[in-house]
Amino acid sequence: MATPRIIVVGGGLAGLSSVIKIAEAGGTVDLFSIVPVKRSHSVCAQGGINAAKNLKGEGDDVLKHFDDTIYGGDFLANQTPVRNMTAQGPAIIDLLDRMGVPFNRTPEGLLDFRRFGGTLYHRTAFAGATTGQQLLYALDEQVRRYESEGKVTKYEGWEFLSAVLDGNGVCRGISALNLRTMEVKTFAADAIIVCTGGIGAIFGKSTNSVVCTGSAQAALYQQGAYYANGEFIQVHPTAIPGEDKLRLMSESARGEGGRVWVPKDKNDKRAAKAIPEGERWYFLEEWYPKYGNLVPRDVATRAIHKVVYEHGMGIDGQPMVYLDLTHIDRETLNRKLEGILEIYEKFVGDDPREVPMKIFPGMHYTMGGLWVDFNQMTNIPGVYAAGEADYSIHGANRLGANSLLSCIYGGFVAGPQAMAYAKALPKQVGDGGHAAELARQQQLNAALMSSSGGENPFKMWRELGDTMTRHATIIRYNSGLAEADAKIVELMDRYRNINLSDKSQWANTSFAFARQLWNMLELSRVVVQGAALRDESRGAHYKPDFPERNDEKFLKTTKAAFVDGAPKFEFEEVDISHIKPRPRRYDATA
Amino acid sequence: MAAKTGSTIKVEITRQSSPGSTAVVERFEIPYRPNMNITSLLGEIACEPVTAEGKTTTPVTYDSNCLEEICGSCAMLINGKARMACSALVDKLEQPIRLAPLSKFPVVRDLSVDRSVLFENLKTVKAWVPIDGTYDLGPGPKQFPQLQEELYPLSNCISCTICMEVCPQFNESTGFVGAATIAQVKLFNNNPTGRVLKEERLRALAGDGGVQECGFAQNCVEACPKQLPLTEAISDMGRDVLVQQVKDFFVR
Repeated sequence: MATPRIIVVGGGLAGLSSVIKIAEAGGTVDLFSIVPVKRSHSVCAQGGINAAKNLKGEGDDVLKHFDDTIYGGDFLANQTPVRNMTAQGPAIIDLLDRMGVPFNRTPEGLLDFRRFGGTLYHRTAFAGATTGQQLLYALDEQVRRYESEGKVTKYEGWEFLSAVLDGNGVCRGISALNLRTMEVKTFAADAIIVCTGGIGAIFGKSTNSVVCTGSAQAALYQQGAYYANGEFIQVHPTAIPGEDKLRLMSESARGEGGRVWVPKDKNDKRAAKAIPEGERWYFLEEWYPKYGNLVPRDVATRAIHKVVYEHGMGIDGQPMVYLDLTHIDRETLNRKLEGILEIYEKFVGDDPREVPMKIFPGMHYTMGGLWVDFNQMTNIPGVYAAGEADYSIHGANRLGANSLLSCIYGGFVAGPQAMAYAKALPKQVGDGGHAAELARQQQLNAALMSSSGGENPFKMWRELGDTMTRHATIIRYNSGLAEADAKIVELMDRYRNINLSDKSQWANTSFAFARQLWNMLELSRVVVQGAALRDESRGAHYKPDFPERNDEKFLKTTKAAFVDGAPKFEFEEVDISHIKPRPRRYDATA
Repeated sequence: MAAKTGSTIKVEITRQSSPGSTAVVERFEIPYRPNMNITSLLGEIACEPVTAEGKTTTPVTYDSNCLEEICGSCAMLINGKARMACSALVDKLEQPIRLAPLSKFPVVRDLSVDRSVLFENLKTVKAWVPIDGTYDLGPGPKQFPQLQEELYPLSNCISCTICMEVCPQFNESTGFVGAATIAQVKLFNNNPTGRVLKEERLRALAGDGGVQECGFAQNCVEACPKQLPLTEAISDMGRDVLVQQVKDFFVR
């Protein structure tokens, strides 16, 4: 039979991983990406990648990594894929090492490991504080090698618009928009793998990159794919507040010994360094003596929020706390953390080796995403997903340094699975739905282009971001979530009067953004309505009115389907076949 | 220099609606807020696309993604200097702030240019480690931290092409590959496994457009936003290319 033809959408770690597996197995890949793949958002990951290599004599093993991940995710993740991922961790690190990732080394020349949140082991391999960049480049280089051999064709500067589905609802390719010529085309494929990353843009400002709009996932959801656990949004405890985005300050800062504190006296006006040790409140160390500053992100984020808003103890009355590295020697800091220290220096102007950093939580990651089975396939036959775009690994809260691993693991499963599926796929009847999908997309585009109201899409986006950040991040109330949903519906209504202010047919960024914006609105409803339905607190989802976890009612995956223009929810049992759920108490001392 | 709240930020942007069209300068006045960078300034224009003269215009097209100077997208000329727009802070810039596209790459639209030549160059020099496969073959070769510390800075190249933009030798008549590609050759030639392709890479850097085109202006190393040791890499690779050429002369 003919060589399977697979389309991969998105060129971050998950996408590139799947491309490599397919090319290695003899398949042909068309790789679509909005940006040159080397500029994908994975490049922003800083701290490291987890794998239980046990190179520090601590007795770490893959089952402990498995348990930490399940416990850290508050038991919401299906356990079988997490068990598989953690089991493959050590081999994945070895592979990256062989690809030339410049991981930090011990004096003997072995891989060095550091600590990260939610574990008591040194389990995180790292390349300075630019691990995501180094991993992305290593995979990018391998893909470039396959590209030069003709096994991979890149379509950079193309944006995925939709899947092409045949009369039986089976995927036969994609439609995509050329971001220069603004031309829409469909492309044939036996299977597609969607690795389009996060959804930070629906929160306006986040730690995510500009392309992380969730638009592709939202488009597939509107075509019939389930979107799962959308309400689980990770707010990273340590970000640098900024005008245009919230810049991540890696958990590795705490992994290397960074301490979080505020002055004990809220009226203390002294410079941070002038405040003696005894007059500082190290609240994480006090509240969580066992894990200290390395509690999981949801726990640290709520603690900082509490210190600032309940105790009124933010620095100078502002929503900020100190993240202090100044007690660590410069040489160590430069060797292990230079990348992130430079970011702080460049964007804030202070040297964090000398002055404690001022940080505050910022929206960072979605645990939710496209529903996939244990083979990474969505409920649409032939549509696979991997990486942050799928929901499968992190449950109710992701542990730091597990995302890079889950991206590569997901891609390594999706690639071969898509190949196997493609080989068994019956030939399409007629054109496989291509003409109909092309016509549908062209109609949508024509309508948008001719729309002539007074609404600016970029301003509407700011309103969406403000609403989502206020009501659907750290603390959630059902009244606020209802208000957010009403606001989204209002924005959808106003979208009819959108004014592009740019009607040209060449590199029209307003047009591409407006298409994304609609999808962001649809996806935002999934997030807020899912949060409203879940009357409990679990991992990153916290409702003061329902402060406890409720396994009886909510140890379930939330699945949203797009029915009659709105999300319709159902719940699915979670796979707990390996570890019995137990209370999640990081404040326990034993 | 630094403006105050209530005042405006004056910006002049060189715009071009398509590759073939004539460039024009549009002036904007943006309400001042502290701590803005160039990308947030461009975001303000997208929300209110009106020039200082009150003429309605289009949002500015430019490349950006991470906004934290790691993806390499947003290189442009800011007050005549090639740099990343995200890390260019308004409070530190002379006004009017002049924005223009990089001058040595084809303009796509406004501030967006086509820099795919760099990715093609990386193919030519085989900038990868040729591993046998992605299955579990055990750990890579031991590597002392001294080597890791030498290679890591070279691996920080964000492909922004600023080193090429500022290089007087990077032009059509020389066909020079530019510093970024040469630095990657050094990176892979020093990797314990990557060095197996060393000779092929050096031959790719020999001859017209190769490492010999460098005129030692040293602009690259000064402009590089990631402080790559570019001139050191060029001189190392220049030497290795020469040795390779001599070797090839006698062997072939």
